[in-house]
Amino acid sequence: MTSKKNNNRIEVVKTWKLYMGGAFPRSESGRSTEVTNAGGRIVGHVCRASRKDLRDAVDTARKAAEGWARRSGYNRGQILYRMAEMAEGRRDELTRAIVDCRGGSTAEARRETDATIDRLVSMAGWTDKVDQVHGCRNQVAGAFHDMSIPEPMGVVGVIAPKKPSLLGLVSLIAPALATGSVVVALGSEPHPIPTVLLGEICATSDVPDGVVNLLTGRTNELLPHFASHRNLNAVMAAGLSAKQRKELQVGAVDALTRTRPSLDSKPFDDDDYWTSPAILAPYLEIKTLWHPIGS
Amino acid sequence: MKPVRMTNGPVVDRVMAEARAASFRTRSIKKDMKLQGIRLATSMTDLTTLEGKDTPGKVRSLCRKGIAPDTGTPLPEGSTRLPHVGAICVYPELVEVAREALGDSGVKVASVATAFPSGQYPLDVRLQDVSRAVEAGADEIDMVISRGTFLSGGYEEVAREIVETKAACGDAHLKIILETGELETLDNVRRASDLAIEAVTSIPGSGPLEDGEVFIKTSTGKVSPAATMPVTLVMLEAIRDAWFSSGVRIGMKPAGGIRTAKQALHYLVMVKETLDETWLVPELFRFGASSLLDDLVRQYVKQIGGRYTASHDVPSA
Repeated sequence: MTSKKNNNRIEVVKTWKLYMGGAFPRSESGRSTEVTNAGGRIVGHVCRASRKDLRDAVDTARKAAEGWARRSGYNRGQILYRMAEMAEGRRDELTRAIVDCRGGSTAEARRETDATIDRLVSMAGWTDKVDQVHGCRNQVAGAFHDMSIPEPMGVVGVIAPKKPSLLGLVSLIAPALATGSVVVALGSEPHPIPTVLLGEICATSDVPDGVVNLLTGRTNELLPHFASHRNLNAVMAAGLSAKQRKELQVGAVDALTRTRPSLDSKPFDDDDYWTSPAILAPYLEIKTLWHPIGS
Repeated sequence: MKPVRMTNGPVVDRVMAEARAASFRTRSIKKDMKLQGIRLATSMTDLTTLEGKDTPGKVRSLCRKGIAPDTGTPLPEGSTRLPHVGAICVYPELVEVAREALGDSGVKVASVATAFPSGQYPLDVRLQDVSRAVEAGADEIDMVISRGTFLSGGYEEVAREIVETKAACGDAHLKIILETGELETLDNVRRASDLAIEAVTSIPGSGPLEDGEVFIKTSTGKVSPAATMPVTLVMLEAIRDAWFSSGVRIGMKPAGGIRTAKQALHYLVMVKETLDETWLVPELFRFGASSLLDDLVRQYVKQIGGRYTASHDVPSA
């Protein structure tokens, strides 16, 4: 064998699949899309998810929702931290995926990867402090204990921004996981490889099957179905156009799905903002209990 | 009674049966056809509860659901509602409750009997079980055959038990559960189907059977595997051969394991392509199911309203 580089070798270009219920299925539609880098070279293929893939993902997420919500915050924190550990182990691969898709400098991509890992660690820290920060004991004019307790949304739809493809996605997903919701997310349309790589990280880091479900595909095709799917409790989005934001909100009216169509009011690399507990609020439902004070 | 000729039945090619059964899953059924199929499958459902923990309250709730399956779901105003189911299937103790709850809705009361699900009781006890269920108001009786007797070659005895059970049914229709999950091979499934059909069509002194007066049914739902497409195909072929040779129309009821509207549509395709469309009526084809109806409703709502449903949109009975 020679150690010389073989210039005739045909590169094996990976076809990335969806991540759903802990497995990696192809799109039921059989469709896929080429991913090209800034120079026009094909760097991979990804599935183009259909509305039925979204439906299947929501079904599998719904089954996982109760178990995930019932876990202790401490345990969810361990799992999020494990995700950070696994991402750290694949730091170079994540960085390369960002560069492959979007172009730009490696240093810039590495900063995004590192910020993503740190964000997972921050959210791992919040998991068992949600009740203290977002819950409260209320003063009421009567002989009652009155408490407001945060609860998970349930199944949260996430539409990630085009860029930063990795940091944007994780910034929207991690608060859901931290607060006990499960996620069906559509990754960046033009730069999808970090999304599917995140699926591989989830699959190897103790995240229970169905808790994180990741789709790749066209935002305009899937947005109306995210909006109108009655089994999604909330849809969080960033990077949408004014028209898309409106479509999301109008579509969600029927089922009264909670929508946050523009969560990207601050840049994703603003650590102070994106790691603050206020980030968790949109992912929570507040339940208030009244309990009589005994004699 | 004349002896049952069971020894020279046709032999089933397992590989081809499985391939043929799989081919029915490739038909594209969309839009109006799908709606029509969902409505048809709903009207063919034997909505079933066969648990030790069944209560009169649960059966009444199931009956309400059977009468109007899409109650409480977000269908647009003015849309056609789903039809009522074929029957409510319960244990004999709950037949009276179901009878009263169903009133004149048109939904039949089906009762399992003959020491369901094992059938391992003396024949007189099993027959009494049938008579009581009929007296309590059951329109249809789902009997189990003695699989132990069948597997040890006691074909005559199994046939005699079927004939006696048929007599105990009176006017009630009879569904004969073969429990195919315990019969081991497709050859046995075919043999048991032929045996059951032969037994009920050759009762001395009785006239020809009405259409759907007798069904053959795959499973109790208590044994895995329950209904599968190859097994159902083999049974449908037995029904077809009996129809060709004597003109009798035996009904078919796959039961257990059919949970989605899509699966139900595959079965309807199989019935149409193995027999013909005259079998696509609740009088001749039923699904034994408990959770199938929920998915039929879900898919119906999606098809009409264009939106995927929430878990709470289709309340379980």
